[in-house]
Parts: sequence; C-alpha cells; structure tokens
Amino acid sequence: MRKHSIEKGALGRVYQDGEFITRQGDVGQVMYVIQQGKVEVLMEKEGRETLLRVAEEGEFLGEMAIFDHEVRSASLRAKGEVKVLTIDKKNFLKRIHVDPSLAFRIVQTMSQRVRELGDEVARLKG
Amino acid sequence: MADSNPPSRQDQLELVDGSRVAVIGGGPAGSFTSYFLLEMAERADLDIEVEIYEPRDFSCPAPGGCNMCGGIISETLVQNLAAEGINLPDTVVQRGIESYVLHMDVGTVRIETPVDEKRIAAVYRGAGPRDIQVRKWGSFDHHLEGLAEARGAKVTRGRVMEISMDNGRPCISVKGGEPQTYDLLVAAVGVNSPALKLFKELDFGYQPPETTKTFIREYFLGEEVIAEILGDSMHVFLLNIPRLEFAAIIPKGDYASVCLLGEAIDKDLVDAFLSSDEVRGCMPDDWAPEPRSCQCSPKIAVKGAIQPYGDRIVFVGDCGVTRLYKDGIGAAYKTAKACATTAVFEGVSEDAFRRHYAPVLKTILRDNAIGKVTFSATKLVQMMPFARRAMLRMTQKEQSIPGRHKDISQVLWDMFTGSAAYMEIFTRAIHPRFLGRLSWELLAAVAPGKRSQP
Repeated sequence: MRKHSIEKGALGRVYQDGEFITRQGDVGQVMYVIQQGKVEVLMEKEGRETLLRVAEEGEFLGEMAIFDHEVRSASLRAKGEVKVLTIDKKNFLKRIHVDPSLAFRIVQTMSQRVRELGDEVARLKG
Repeated sequence: MADSNPPSRQDQLELVDGSRVAVIGGGPAGSFTSYFLLEMAERADLDIEVEIYEPRDFSCPAPGGCNMCGGIISETLVQNLAAEGINLPDTVVQRGIESYVLHMDVGTVRIETPVDEKRIAAVYRGAGPRDIQVRKWGSFDHHLEGLAEARGAKVTRGRVMEISMDNGRPCISVKGGEPQTYDLLVAAVGVNSPALKLFKELDFGYQPPETTKTFIREYFLGEEVIAEILGDSMHVFLLNIPRLEFAAIIPKGDYASVCLLGEAIDKDLVDAFLSSDEVRGCMPDDWAPEPRSCQCSPKIAVKGAIQPYGDRIVFVGDCGVTRLYKDGIGAAYKTAKACATTAVFEGVSEDAFRRHYAPVLKTILRDNAIGKVTFSATKLVQMMPFARRAMLRMTQKEQSIPGRHKDISQVLWDMFTGSAAYMEIFTRAIHPRFLGRLSWELLAAVAPGKRSQP
C-alpha cells in the first residue's frame, strides 16, 4: 500500500506551516480534530505570543466554543503542514441531544486539560 | 416460599462480568456494535467478550471482500466518527468529496460544499474491484473490523451454519466447530447475506425488511484521468429515464463507481443511462460502457424489519432498520451505538430493547416516510422539463451570486449527500423564501420567451 503524504484528495483541510486555523477573539462555531500533523496553541496579548502547548494528531481543539458563547480563548497555528477536520457546533449539539455519550471523549479531553491546568497552577505556586 | 435457586445476575438478561456476545457479520454494523459494546463496557467497568463471525476477508478484492455499496461516508457521519475518536485515514479514504455536480438534460450545475473543506469520504467497502492491479488504498470494512479487534473483539473467519436457543441463550454453530452459547446475539448480516435465513428458525417474530435491487458498476479510469475529468466531485443525474429514480458517478482513487437506484433495474435501463449524453459528457472522450471492471446488483432495504429484537437477540444495520436510499453506513452507526448502549446499561431483554433501542429505529422509520415524499417530489422534477429548468436556474443563481441564501443548494446537497435527516430537508423545502423563489423560477420557466438556457 502506498504511503500517503498530506494531499489534496483526502478528508479535512490542509494548512501550511505558520498558517492560522483560528485566532484568539474569533467567534467559534466549530471545533477541530487534528487528522495529521501538529498544531500550536497560542495566547496573544499586547502583540506578544505565548505558546501554551503543541497539540498532536487525533486531539480535539476549540471544543470550548461548542459549549459556551465566549470568543476563542487561544489561537491555533499549523506547526508544519497539518490537516484538520472541523466539527460543526450545530450538528454536534443536535446529535448530543439524541446520543449524549457522543460527548464522552470531549468531556474526557476537557477533564484532562483541567488536570493539566491544576498541575500547572500547583507548579507555579510551588 | 422463597426460591432455593434464585436466578444469577447472568440469568437476569443483563450483561455482567464474563458475559459473551456473538456478533454475526463484520461489516460496519457489526464492527461498530462490537467497538461500542467494548467501549461502553469499559466505561461501566464491565469485562465482556465479543466475538465477530465473518466469513469474508474484506482486505481481498471483489467479490471475496466486497460488501456491495456505493461507498460514500456522509458528512455527518465523518464528523460523528471524529467526535468518537474514529478518524478515517488517507489509506482508506480514496477521495474527499468537495462538491456535487448535478447533471440534467437542461444543463449542469456544480454545488460547492457549504464549508471550505472536504468532509465526505469516497471509499471501497472491500479492497476494490475484481480487476484491481495495485492496491493503493485499504478496505473501509477491514479498517472498521480492525478498530473493533483493537478494542478487544475476536474475529472468527467462519460461516455460521446454525443458530438455535439453548436454555434461553443463543447458540451458534460454525462449520467444523463446536456449538457456542452466548448471552447476547447481535445480527449484523445485512440484507444480502444468506445468513439472514438462519434467523427464520428462531421463533420470536422477526421478519426481514422488504428490499429492492440497486445497480453498481465499476470502471477503471486511472487516478490522473479521474482527477482531471471527475475531480473531487460526485456527479448526480436527474434524467427523465423511465424507472430511474437516482443515479450517481462517484470518483474513487483509480476507479469510478456508477450507482443506480430505481424500479426493476435491468439491462435496458442501465444501457439507457450509460448511453445518455449527460453521462458521456462527464466521462473521458474515449470511454465506452464496455469493458467494465465489475458490477453487482445488491439489495437495499426499503422498509424496516418486523420485530428486530427479542430476549438476548437484536438486529442492527440494514437487516433491522436503515435509512431510505442514503447513508446506510450512518444508519449502521446509529443502530449499532443504540444497541450497544442498551445492552450494556439497560440489559439484553426484549423489554430493554423495546424501551431503549426501538425508539432509535422508529425515528429512522419516521424519517424514511418523509424521505419517500421528498423522493416523490424529485421524481416529479425528473418528469417535468420546466421544473428541471427552474431548479437549474435557482441553483445556478445561488451558486454564482455571493452572499445569496443557499436554499435549493442546501436542499440538494443534503438530498445527495445523505447528511441531513429527510425531515430537515423537507422543512427547508417548505420555507416561504424557498417556495417563493422556486415559484418565481417555475413561472419564468413556463413563460413564453423564457425557455432558453439560463
């Protein structure tokens, strides 16, 4: 079987290195699942960038936009070539209404991030 | 007086630690059920065994590994699977579809995806057509079966020869093997499998769904020709050919799949479609209907099964209930997940399935009733040239004027892709703005001097 690079024909949308997928402050109507590659999660304040983390293949990003009405809390930027699939807020919420277990992985992801934040707060205070 | 031998938890029609589940059929319905049974059981700290019985090896080219299907994974299903953590790799997705091209005798219009992204997957259920030389992509069904296996399901490559009940528990015999007793039997055999007959022996009232025949033919064109001629677009045809309801040409990697839906599809109907100007216009100049790579006439369910569940037995996928004409794999996912959730959290009794699984089936069946109405409306458009002209003009305007509401484009997109419920499509189609614009275009199409091409 041939080895596939990130190519035009596959699912999702391809972003080039350094291209923003979404910007902090944008109104979010979708969340993202990384299909291939890595994505930088950045906070931008007064023209300065702080790299929060680098997300990898299979990770959900921008999931907070699905559940709250706030603008994006961070920017997402392609680190190298990356392929991302979007999940529409409206369709996802409609499906969760019928099948609440569909939200399980998102809740797992958010739970993991709360733990990581807790560890980070403890590290900064310690 | 109290019973001296109270029933154990296992006898109480529940799945408990050590329970065994047999899944007959390793296609999407069977693999999704196995995958979600094991996932739900893990969440509930339940240790169960799941065994899939599937005689075919989906990694083989047709017909040995083929599951006879057009091979489109809808936009909604792609997103739902991604939310489940199931991503479809490029090794399986032969082509991401980004637009639909509607071909009619009055003209052609391209309907672009509402988002700037490919979220519809064209796949082969098996490893590809009969004459495949180089296997560049893998089988979709094999991929799903692998996911279920990775979750802990055991796959037995054997044909089930007999199904019986042993003290209220389903018992399965495979050729050359000892009979095995299970706590739950999941039938995911589809409507094209001879295994469906085995369930008639079990006396709980199951009757298979009514079916109709479809037609699928594969043509080898080569990756470059496909990219140049068909592109990343699914080509759909609304032609006034008697008995033809719907037709599509789906670009895959090296092949194009021709899919026909209609009434009593025979050679004459296939020839009429393939020799039409509209089909010839979107295929390469030197293309001819023969030679072909392979073809099949699979059955699809047009009604739901009667009583698709009982104590310790349940039917998922199209041998139970599926969506009318579209998104059969999406229906397999929904029924499989509802079945797994019911079995793990509510029990495996007929009552549990009636209360927690049947409502999902009823929702699909109710939507199919609306689907019949929408397909009847499409049939009317097929028969009336002025209606085809009106539809073409309205779609062309929406696609060419930036910012214009995509009323008919969205209706057609959802009809062709199977992404939305028929009820949603119907609701959009009776919106006053939609009806107003369509009425205007219908008037324009019948008015003297306005019959020229838009």
